[in-house]
Amino acid sequence: MRDWLQSALQPAGPEAARVHALWVFMLWISIIVFVLVLGALAWGTFRRRAPGNVTIGEGSPGERGMKRAVSAAVGATVLVLFAFLVFDFSTGRALTARRTPAVQIEVTGHQWWWEVNYYNAVPNRRVTTANEIHIPVGRPVLIRLNSQDVIHSFWAPDLNGKRDLIPGKESSLWIQADSPGVYHGQCAEFCGYQHAKMAFIVVADRPDDFARWYAAQADTASTPTDSLALRGQEVFLSSPCVMCHSIHGTPAGATLGPDLTHLASRRYIAAGSLPNTRGNLAGWVLDAQGIKPGAKMPPNSLTPADLQALLAYLGTLK
Amino acid sequence: MSAPVTADPDLVPPAEREGVRELHRQLDRVWRDGPGLRGWLMSVDHKSLGKRYVITAFVFFLLGGLEAAMMRAQLSRPENGLIGPDLYNQLFTMHGTTMMFLFAVPVMSAMGLYLVPLMIGSRDVAFPRLNAYGYYVYLIGGLFLYVSFFLNVGPDAGWFAYTPLSGPAFGVGKRVDVWAQTITFTEIAGLISAVELITTIFKQRAPGMSLNRMPLFVWSILVMAFMILFAMPWVAVDSQFLAMDRLIGTHFFNQAEGGDALLWQHIFWFFGHPEVYIIFIPALGYVSTVIATFTRREIFGYPAMILSLVATGFLGFGLWVHHMFATNIPQMGESFFTAASAMIAIPTGVQFFCWIATIWGGRPRFATPFLFILGFFAVFIIGGLSGVMIASVPFDLQVHDTFFIVAHLHYVLLGGAVFPLFSAFYYWFPKFTGRVLSERLGRWNFALFFIGVNLTFFPMHLLGLHGMPRRIYTYLEGTGWGSLNLLASIGAVTIFVSVVIFLVNVARTLRNGELAGDDPWGSSSTLEWATTSPPPAYNFAHLPVVQGRYPLWSRPLDPPVVTGLRTDQRELLITTLLDAVPDHRHRTPDPTIWPLLAALATGVTFIALIFTPWAAVIGGVLVAGPLIAWGWGKPKPGDPVVTEGIK
Repeated sequence: MRDWLQSALQPAGPEAARVHALWVFMLWISIIVFVLVLGALAWGTFRRRAPGNVTIGEGSPGERGMKRAVSAAVGATVLVLFAFLVFDFSTGRALTARRTPAVQIEVTGHQWWWEVNYYNAVPNRRVTTANEIHIPVGRPVLIRLNSQDVIHSFWAPDLNGKRDLIPGKESSLWIQADSPGVYHGQCAEFCGYQHAKMAFIVVADRPDDFARWYAAQADTASTPTDSLALRGQEVFLSSPCVMCHSIHGTPAGATLGPDLTHLASRRYIAAGSLPNTRGNLAGWVLDAQGIKPGAKMPPNSLTPADLQALLAYLGTLK
Repeated sequence: MSAPVTADPDLVPPAEREGVRELHRQLDRVWRDGPGLRGWLMSVDHKSLGKRYVITAFVFFLLGGLEAAMMRAQLSRPENGLIGPDLYNQLFTMHGTTMMFLFAVPVMSAMGLYLVPLMIGSRDVAFPRLNAYGYYVYLIGGLFLYVSFFLNVGPDAGWFAYTPLSGPAFGVGKRVDVWAQTITFTEIAGLISAVELITTIFKQRAPGMSLNRMPLFVWSILVMAFMILFAMPWVAVDSQFLAMDRLIGTHFFNQAEGGDALLWQHIFWFFGHPEVYIIFIPALGYVSTVIATFTRREIFGYPAMILSLVATGFLGFGLWVHHMFATNIPQMGESFFTAASAMIAIPTGVQFFCWIATIWGGRPRFATPFLFILGFFAVFIIGGLSGVMIASVPFDLQVHDTFFIVAHLHYVLLGGAVFPLFSAFYYWFPKFTGRVLSERLGRWNFALFFIGVNLTFFPMHLLGLHGMPRRIYTYLEGTGWGSLNLLASIGAVTIFVSVVIFLVNVARTLRNGELAGDDPWGSSSTLEWATTSPPPAYNFAHLPVVQGRYPLWSRPLDPPVVTGLRTDQRELLITTLLDAVPDHRHRTPDPTIWPLLAALATGVTFIALIFTPWAAVIGGVLVAGPLIAWGWGKPKPGDPVVTEGIK
C-alpha cells in the first residue's frame, strides 16, 4: 500500500472500483492473448523443419491447416472483443447511473489552481475554498466542472476517472470515497506553463467531521485578537494582496486568486505544490515566481516585521 | 523494334554487346541529373529526391529523439531543476510535432517515392517536378520550425495545440503561429506525395502487374496515400482557422463569440487518428515484404491482407472521438467509437495471423531485417492490446492524458512503425547505396533498441495507472514516481546507444561496406532487385513485364520486356488502372530549377503570413512567377504533341 493516494490501482470508491475490475479483466485477457500469439509466433519461427526444398505459396502442404488456424484465430478475436464490449458497456452504464447527490460541489479551473464552491440552499452558508475538497465518506458527491480560461481536467484516480473542464461547457462527475483519507489528484489536460503544479486533494471525512469542517468554512474570518496578527491584517488590507484575494469578514473581496478566508485550515498551498507551513508560506508570499514560475502571484517586497505580522495573521485564518 | 531482351552487356552475344552499352549510355544521358550543385538542385529524379527525403526525415527523427532524451533527463528524478517549464513545454511540443509531421509521415511517403517506381517497373513518379516542389516545401517547413525553436520562438502548446490555450488570448507571442504554419508546410508536402503516389501506382505499373498482382508494399502505400488525401485537408483547415483566429480575429474557436473550443479537437482528431494509420499502414507493407524475402515464402492470404489494409484505412476515420472521451460527449455517442476502436483490432489481427502462418510455412533466415520484424511483433502487440483497453470509455477516463497513454502510443508507433522502418532500412539500404550494412552491428542495434524501448516505455504504463499525468515538467517526491521514471530514463539511454550504433553502421558501410550486387538477399521477390544497386538514373534499361505476384520468383530465364519507348527523351509507359495493359507513352519533364524557386516563394509567403495578412496578396504574386515559368516552354521538335497511344 502506497501512502500517497493517487493511483487507479488502489480504488477507494465504488466508481474507481468498477473501473479497476474492468482493468483486471482486460489485463488477464491481454496476458492470455499475448502469450498465445507470441507462442504461436515462436513455434512458427523456431519449429523443426524437414530438410529439402519448400514449396512456396498456394497449394503447398499445410495450406489447408493454416487456413483453418487463421480463421479460428480471427473468430476467437471477434469473440474476445465482444466479451470486452459487454463488460465495458455495463461498466459505463453503472458509472453514469442517476443518484441523489449528498453534496454538490462546483469546481472551476484556473491557470493554475482549483476554485471550489459548495452549493447550499442558504446563500450565506455556501462555502468557497481552493485546491482542497472535503467530502463525507460513503456518500455520492456530484462535482460540477467549469473553466474560466483554458481546458483543464479533474482527476483523482482513487475515486474515479477524469473529466475535462471546458470553458463554456459544464460537465460533471460522480465521486464517492469508502474510507476516510487524503486522496491526491491533479490536472490531467495540458493547460500551459504550470500544468505540472496544478494539484488538489480530496479529503474524505467521517460525516460528523465533515459537518464540523463545513460549519467552520461557512463562517467568516474572525478579527484577530493579538496585536501582531492585527497588524498583519492591516498589512494584508493595505498591500496588493487585496487586488486578487478575498477574506470574508474583511473588505478584501477580489476573486482573481484563491479565497483565503480559511487558508490556515488547508494542508497545501500553491495548488498542491507545497505543504502549508509558515516557512513555505513566507517563501510563497515573497517570491512565488521562484517556486512556481509563471503563476499569477507577483513577488512582494515586505519588511521583515510586516512579513512576520502578515504570517501571524494568515495563521489565524483557521 | 528488336532490342536485346537482357540489359546486362555481359549476358548477350558479343555482337550485340556494343548495342546494349550504347542503350545504357543513351538512357543515362537522358535521365541523369545535371552536373554540379545546379544539377543537384534541379533534380526531378525520384531516387535523388527520395533519398534526400529519407535522410531529411531521419535527421528530424534524431532531433526529435534528442528532445525526448532531454525530457527523460529532466524527469529522471523528482523535483529536478535541469529544465524549467518554459523549455520543457517547448520540448514536448517540438518532439511531438517533429516525430509526427516531420519524421513519421514524410519518411513513409519518402520510402514510397523512392521504392514504388522501382517496384512497379517504371522510370520515375508521376509529376516529378511536383515531387521536387513537395520536398523543398517540406524541408523549408522543417527548417523554419527549428530556426524558430533556436530563436526561442518554439511552439509550446503541445503538438495538438488545443484551443483556447493556443488561441490569441492564452497563446501569446508567435509560438503557436510557428506551429500552425509548420503544419501548413507539411500538409502541402504530404498531399503532393499522396497525389503522386496514387497516380504512379494507378497508371505506371509494368505490363502484367494487374491490381491483384501488385506487391503488398505497393498496396500499403496506396492505402496510405488515400488516407493522406482524405485526412490531411482537415488539419490544414484546422490550423488555418487557428492562424486566422490569431491573425485577423476570426472566432472559430472562441466560445465567447459563438465559436467552439471543442470544434478544434473534433477537426484535429478527425485528421489525427487517421494520421496514426498513415504511419502504421506503410510499415505493414515493409513487414510483408521482409517476411516474404526472409521466409522465402509467399505471404499467406494475399486477398485477406489487402482487404485488411483497406478496412483499416476506412475504419481509421471512425475512431477520432476516442481521443476525446473526457470531454463530456454523450455516452451513447461514445459507445459507437468504443465499438469502432475495438473493431479495428480485427483487420490487424487478420494480418498478424497471416504473417505468423507465413513464417510457420516458410524457412526463416535471421538476418537483421527479420529480427526487427520479430521485434515488431512483440512490441506492437503490447501496444495493440493496450489500445483495445483504452477503447473502453471508463478505463480511458482513468488513463487518458497520463503516462499510460505515453506508453501505449510509443508501443504502437515504435513497435508498429519504427521497428519495421529499421527493418526496411537494413533491407533496402543495399538498394539505396550499393552496400550491405554490417550484420554484427545490426544485431547490436536491434538488441539494444528492443531492450531500450521496453525499458523506457513499459514502466510508463504503471506510472500512468499510479496517477502521473502527461506533459508535466516535474513531480513531487512524495508521489513515489521517482524510481520508475529513473528506469525509463535509463531505457532512453539504451535507445540512444542503439541509434548511435546504427549511425556508426551506416557511416562504416558507406566507406567500405560489402558490395551488394543486384540482390544481396538472394531471395527477394520484387522488381527493384532486378536492377543494379544503386539503380541507374533510368531504373531499368528495359522495362520489365510481370507474370505473377512475386515477379522475381516466377521469372523465366529469358524474361519478356517492354520495347518501343523512346530512348532519346524521358518517356514513361502508361498502363491501364486495373489490368496494367500498356496504354500510351508519356513524355515526362526534364530537370528544372523552378520547383525549388516556387517552394522558396511559398516559404516566404507562409512565414510572412504569421505577421501580416497582406502576405497572402503579395505572396500570391510572388508564387505565381515561378509557377508560370515552371509550366512555360514550347514542345521541342520531336516531342509528341499529344501522348501517343500504343496499339
